[in-house]
Amino acid sequence: MLILSRKKDEKVMIGDSIELWVVDIRGDSVKLGINAPREVKVFRGEIADEIEAANQAALASRLDLPFPDLQDTPNTPSK
Amino acid sequence: MLLETRAYGTVEIEETQLLEFPEGLLGFEEYHKFALIDAHKKPFFWLQSTQDVKIAFVLIKPSTFHDSYEPGITLEELAPIGAESVSDCLIFAIVTILEAGPMTANLQGPLFISKSTRKGMQCISPKDEYRTKHDILEEMAARSE
Repeated sequence: MLILSRKKDEKVMIGDSIELWVVDIRGDSVKLGINAPREVKVFRGEIADEIEAANQAALASRLDLPFPDLQDTPNTPSK
Repeated sequence: MLLETRAYGTVEIEETQLLEFPEGLLGFEEYHKFALIDAHKKPFFWLQSTQDVKIAFVLIKPSTFHDSYEPGITLEELAPIGAESVSDCLIFAIVTILEAGPMTANLQGPLFISKSTRKGMQCISPKDEYRTKHDILEEMAARSE
């Protein structure tokens, strides 16, 4: 893994088209700015893990969908 | 054709209900073939794997319970499914219904399905307001107040 030291307002280039800026540093929190082509997906690292966990949880859903027919009851009864 | 489903046993489905997910879903990258089936209860759908009967997800259209859902997915991101436009896509959220606890929908990782290519993918919304667990009934109740 390449590890670089950067100060506030300095940037890192990834390839020709991705710029990573250190926008602000406060305590143990770093604010980053990212310029990337639109086809490059940029998201917080833990999000993909969260979605994967949500997909796993969804597989255990009950089969009977034990809820009122929502379209017929817009005023949903309390749980 | 006949398809074995987790929810309803063996059912008859049309060719037009078959979908391809070239990249699978997050954590389920090896499953590429699915069928979209109306659930017996509105407004739900089932996304049933045609490769493994155990792999099946309950889906809901976000508009059913959430106003103006705009996950911020660009046409460029939809290249894997060959979508002609963002509006060419049906958008679904995966629902989790456990024995206890609220029924939740994942608005952070929506499914986009191109109507023209019948291919689908799971996207990741870059917006912080969307989470993996939106309480469906609570949001519907808040909307109707």
